[in-house]
Amino acid sequence: MAAVISIKNLTVVKDGKDILRDISLQLTPGRIIGLLGPSGAGKTTLIRTIAGRQKITSGSVEVLDQPAGAAALRKDIGYMTQGVAIYPDLTVAENLRYFAVMTDAPKGRIGEVLAEVHLQSKAKQLVSTLSGGEQSRLSLASALLNKAPFLALDEPTVGVDPVLRQQLWELFGELARAGTTLLISSHVMDEAERCDELLLIRNGQLLAQDTPAELRRRTGSKTVEESFLKLVGQS
Amino acid sequence: MSATKTLSTAWRILSQLRHDHRTLALIIFIPSILLTIFRFVFQNQQPVFQAIAPQFLGIFPLIIMFIVTSVAMLRERRTGTLDRLMTMPISKADLVLGYMLAFSLLALTQVALACVVLLGFLDVPVAGSTLQVVLAALIAAMLGTALGLFVSAFASSEFQAVQFMPAFVLPQLLLCGLFAARADMARPLQWLANVLPMTYSVDAMKQVTLHTGWTSEFLQDVAIVSVYVIGVLVLGALTIRRQEA
Repeated sequence: MAAVISIKNLTVVKDGKDILRDISLQLTPGRIIGLLGPSGAGKTTLIRTIAGRQKITSGSVEVLDQPAGAAALRKDIGYMTQGVAIYPDLTVAENLRYFAVMTDAPKGRIGEVLAEVHLQSKAKQLVSTLSGGEQSRLSLASALLNKAPFLALDEPTVGVDPVLRQQLWELFGELARAGTTLLISSHVMDEAERCDELLLIRNGQLLAQDTPAELRRRTGSKTVEESFLKLVGQS
Repeated sequence: MSATKTLSTAWRILSQLRHDHRTLALIIFIPSILLTIFRFVFQNQQPVFQAIAPQFLGIFPLIIMFIVTSVAMLRERRTGTLDRLMTMPISKADLVLGYMLAFSLLALTQVALACVVLLGFLDVPVAGSTLQVVLAALIAAMLGTALGLFVSAFASSEFQAVQFMPAFVLPQLLLCGLFAARADMARPLQWLANVLPMTYSVDAMKQVTLHTGWTSEFLQDVAIVSVYVIGVLVLGALTIRRQEA
């Protein structure tokens, strides 16, 4: 099957610093891909580049066979930024109504995404009065509105309690089974086990791209965290 | 560009302000309150008050919309919502015109109230029509909005955004002809005054105060401010990037 994301020799330099260095990878559709690495590794920059928000210094990034940032891609991407990119001085429903218009999503989607992130009871509440986890779920809901075939989610489960986090990962699984490709960054290593495939990055370089099982086997580790530490030690 | 997206953006911005009663009240009532205080500053000099008060309708809406817009747009840029919007199928014009529409409607409320207070309760006579006063005040407010959108690109904090008011707007206030006739200023300051837009929004108010009807001077002032509004708005749109370096 054709790759959803195809990256060749991607380098991104910001303010004279190499944030991403010579990254090449391909992602196949209908999978959950975990993007892991310590903070400052370049996870957010990689996601921003794929979402079309970050200029590329050299190399190429193609999303659904088009260069990242192409106007035609804007309807095909659901992007959840790091930090909650929603309006704190609007209600939950007002936020979703606005983003639904902006993404050409039908009105009916608002109720659906509210249910998907378990925020129905908060629809009329002002966002600034929500907890951090609730705000982060609303931010996620906004990215789900347009049923994009590709979702770029930057730390979607930050501040979310364990029970809800479990439910969100079930939702991600359902979306992937329905054919959506999800690129999810996280620095919580136990979430890595739930992914179909992992990208480990450090200092802007891709250390490994593999399934969690293969990664553990290859490094002779019990957990992904241990594999990560071993790979970091080798590099 | 899409009318639906522009209108939704304007509605979204107004909704944000609707939840913020204090800001809304400050925007709508402050010019009227200041004008009322001013009336009593000139307790025994009513002719002086009547001659200069209308000019403040070319100044207050500009200053207030400048501050509100620059902070609102700075938040959009810094909280990630602009990041998100720029990956969505919207045009930059939808966003910029949405801001313009929202703050123009707000300014219209502010200016309408100020006109009732100034021309009604405070009994200030103007030779021109009320419609001319409202029009000149409204484009002054639009100029403030356009300038606010533009300068928000150069602020990295709300502290800085607010400081742009004394930096960008107060010099215009000093030179606009309110404190001293432009012809009496040092020559270089006259040149500067001639290229600063507030000069023309204040002059438009002067024209309405002194002359009946749509004089060519009034129309010229309105046209010049309008050109500035469009020009600065385009510059503001250019500072919004799809992709960041």
